[in-house]
Parts: sequence; C-alpha cells; structure tokens
Amino acid sequence: MDFSFAFFYLFAAVLLGSAFMVVAARNPVHAVLFLILAFVNAAALFLLLSAEFLAMILIVVYVGAVAVLFLFVVMMLDVDFAELKQGFLQYLPIGALIGVLFLIELIAVASIIVTKGKIAGTPLAVNAVAQGARNISNVKAIGDVLYTTYVYYFEGAGLILLVAMIGAIVLTLHRREGVKRQNISAQNARTKLAAVELRKVPFRQGV
Amino acid sequence: MTIGLTHYLTVAAILFTLGVFGIFLNRKNIILIMMCVELILLAVNINLVAFSAFRGDILGQVYALLILTVAAAEAAIGLAILVVYYRNRGTIAVEDVNMMRG
Repeated sequence: MDFSFAFFYLFAAVLLGSAFMVVAARNPVHAVLFLILAFVNAAALFLLLSAEFLAMILIVVYVGAVAVLFLFVVMMLDVDFAELKQGFLQYLPIGALIGVLFLIELIAVASIIVTKGKIAGTPLAVNAVAQGARNISNVKAIGDVLYTTYVYYFEGAGLILLVAMIGAIVLTLHRREGVKRQNISAQNARTKLAAVELRKVPFRQGV
Repeated sequence: MTIGLTHYLTVAAILFTLGVFGIFLNRKNIILIMMCVELILLAVNINLVAFSAFRGDILGQVYALLILTVAAAEAAIGLAILVVYYRNRGTIAVEDVNMMRG
C-alpha cells in the first residue's frame, strides 16, 4: 500500500494553510514562524518528488538563514505593527478578485500543459532518465551537471552571494561617534623607539 | 490513487496566488511584503522541481538551486536596506518612503 498520496495531501494542506497564515497573521513574529512551517512542508514535498538535495538545502538556507534573518529584523525593529495593519481589509476585495482570477488562469494553464502537452500525467519515477539508468543518488546527479555543464552559472551564483554579503555588511555597518576603537594600523606602526624612552636617572634625585 | 504533475502545479499555483494576495493585503508592511515574495519564489521552485521530477530532467533542480541563491541574496540585501531605513527614519511604513519624490 502506497501512502505517498496521503502524505502529499498532508504536506500540501499544511503548506497552504501556513502560507495563508503568513499573509493573515496579526503578529509578524507569528508570520515568520508560519513561514518556517511552510518552508519545512515544501521541503517535505521535495522529498516526495525525491529531490533530496534541494529539500535539505531548502531547510538549511530558508529555515536556517532566511527565516532567522526575518525573525531577527522583526524583533530588532521596534515598530508598531498594529498600526501597519490598519486598513488591512480595505484592499481585500480587489486583492481577492485579482487572486481568484490569477489562480484560475494558473490552474487552467497547468491542466492544459498536462493534458495537451507532452509531459506524462503519471509520475515517472523521479529522475528516471537522469539517475535511474545509472543508479546514482540525487546529489550526484545534480553535481554531475552543476560542476561541469553549468559551472559558470554555479560560479555566478557564488558571485551573487558574495555581492549580497558585502552589500549587506556595507549597508548596515554603523560607525558611532565617541566610541573608543582599536586602531590596528596605529598599533602596528608603533616601534620600540617611539614607544619606549630610556632615561638616565640621576642618583638620589629621581626623574 | 497517484499524485500527478497537476497536483504539484496546483499547489504551486495556490501558493503563488497567496503570495500575490499577501502583497495586496499587506501593502503597508514591507517585512510582510518580503515574506510574500519568498512565498512566490518557493512556489516557482515547487513548479521547477515538479517538472524536473516528472520529465526526468535534472536541469530543473539546478535551476531551482540558482533561484534559491537569488532569494537568499534578495532577503539579505532587502532586510539590510530596511534596517538602514529604519535607523534613519524611525518607521518602516511604505507610505512614508517618498524622500526621492521630486
């Protein structure tokens, strides 16, 4: 008996429910926690698709880094979130209208792709072409192409992360006035000659 | 009963719509807007991974990995800008972001 469909519905329901709570939660801290729940459930969906590497990366990057970053910022900024929530329902009708239209379009396109397109509606065993024939793991299948054919994209991704890191540091670096800091170049520039003075002290007279 | 590609595409479509809906609803709170953008990117990733799995082509997962990178960079830069903005203005209301207006 294959329970994967039950797990799919469980994970999909929790994912969509927590995504809705991200939008609707009154307290932004709760919104971030629901975002984490949504990411974990999306990772579980990836596992059902046997994209194990991406599932683990999703947990490490999104839950471990991005969501915690959001949590830090929400807690660090002393903002009156209740005030920001004012007029929340004002845009509900137009938002709901556009949302429903959008959803209908997307699902129509998806069903057309599946029924009219060349993609099989029945689940191929995942990575049947990429891995099944060679009997290798998901990680190896990704690594085989990521480090060979798409190595420039991979390095570009690394470059993007580097620029993001430098940008975030430069933006938030804060030089306060009136704080005594260690001046490393001045420290290193000191020599024995400049720092130590030797004096001949006369006997019984002191300096 | 098997789970087909349509199931995954529908979940991703609903998730994407929830993200867009959230941007409409929370248009005063920029932190929630950024969280909704993360939801949208997650929906795109689910689409890519589902297509990758059902077509048996690993390229979709490579692409999802690159989207993940961009999403992380976007969150870091966006939140850094937000912190600097809050330090200067003492508020993060989107309506007050009009210093550049001529």
